Amino acid sequence: MRLTLNGAVTDVEAAPGRRLLDVLREECGLTGTKEGCGEGECGACTVLMNGQLVVSCLVPFAQAEGAEIRTIEGVGDHALQQHFMSEAGAQCGICTPGMVMTASTLSRDATLEDIRIALAGNLCRCTGYEAIYRAIQRARAATSA
Amino acid sequence: MKSALSQLSFARPRTLEEALTLLRDEPLVPIAGATDLYVGLNFGTLKAQRFLDITRLEELRGISVTGDRLVIGAGTTYTTIMHSASVRAHWPILADAASQVGGVQIQNRGTLGGNVANASPAGDTLPVLAVADAILQLRSAQSQRAVPFNSFYTGYRQTVLRPDELIVSIELPMVEGKQWFRKVGTRAAQAISKLVMAAVRTEAPRIALGSVAPTPLRLRRTEAALAGGSSIEDAIGVLQTEITPIDDLRSSEAYRRAVAGNLLRRFWAS
Repeated sequence: MRLTLNGAVTDVEAAPGRRLLDVLREECGLTGTKEGCGEGECGACTVLMNGQLVVSCLVPFAQAEGAEIRTIEGVGDHALQQHFMSEAGAQCGICTPGMVMTASTLSRDATLEDIRIALAGNLCRCTGYEAIYRAIQRARAATSA
Repeated sequence: MKSALSQLSFARPRTLEEALTLLRDEPLVPIAGATDLYVGLNFGTLKAQRFLDITRLEELRGISVTGDRLVIGAGTTYTTIMHSASVRAHWPILADAASQVGGVQIQNRGTLGGNVANASPAGDTLPVLAVADAILQLRSAQSQRAVPFNSFYTGYRQTVLRPDELIVSIELPMVEGKQWFRKVGTRAAQAISKLVMAAVRTEAPRIALGSVAPTPLRLRRTEAALAGGSSIEDAIGVLQTEITPIDDLRSSEAYRRAVAGNLLRRFWAS
């Protein structure tokens, strides 16, 4: 099956019912995408599918045919990742790739409230979110400067 | 790795006609955003093996205004609904409900038809469809029929949808009067409702509740009491006889009864 993976046209052989999450990790070697809850609640496995945020644990691989998939490995927004580090916007780190994927879709003028709403589907059980919001705000400020 | 998922098959038709023919010829489970079905598969509670992927069907997508009705394709996502100017103009509480489903990731994938077909009494959009007196357009290879939303459910997770039928569109007749919607959950996002209420304030008020009965519930007798000039306290008394909430993981019967009364009072005072 053919799809565009982080910008490169890629052929992947996998059963159509497998979760996109498992195919990315086990067939494509892209282990940056993490499994948290496996029921679409936590957002750890968030990737972009045709430019839209999705939880890859709830995407049948069949539906990724012809799609453009972008994972944490291909997000390219290094300022965002730098600020997650410098603000300590992570503790255990399982939620971080998903957080970065979601944050990467926010516009430069996103308010704190916009950030909160956007991240509603990404759960972190360690940090209490404040450092994460700060990392995103700093990264947005840096890129718009 | 979920090995059972390797056994699943997917038919992926490109047209509605093709999809309906496949559905006539063999038992297939329609799947769109997979936000409910894949939870069931991942946890082993859903045993289905053969799916009909309906995400390629253009005929199921889109929002239009036809005469006095807002028409929404069954495969339209919550994200599309919450950003639609037509929905916001005519049924703003449907946009509210869509924006309170899950988080962004779920809103991007989940569909209105899926919320209806999944038949959970807690479905966030369902009380809105109940107060809208929505009409469901169902198609099979041989037939088309229009079923009132308020006659669609026959029991807990039971519907009149036949195995060879698909929900094609959902029609919401326009209504005068102030619309009201409130979801009560443990947090603002990613929470299944403990209680969800939609209402329209007209001469004949319309009120519906979710998570208080085996199906989404239109409160006809409570509506009649309020229309007939009953006090709000008397109307709450009638409401208590119409609902049959249960104790479950998310809430208790006593809490749901108390909150249902409070929501009615808030709506009536709004």
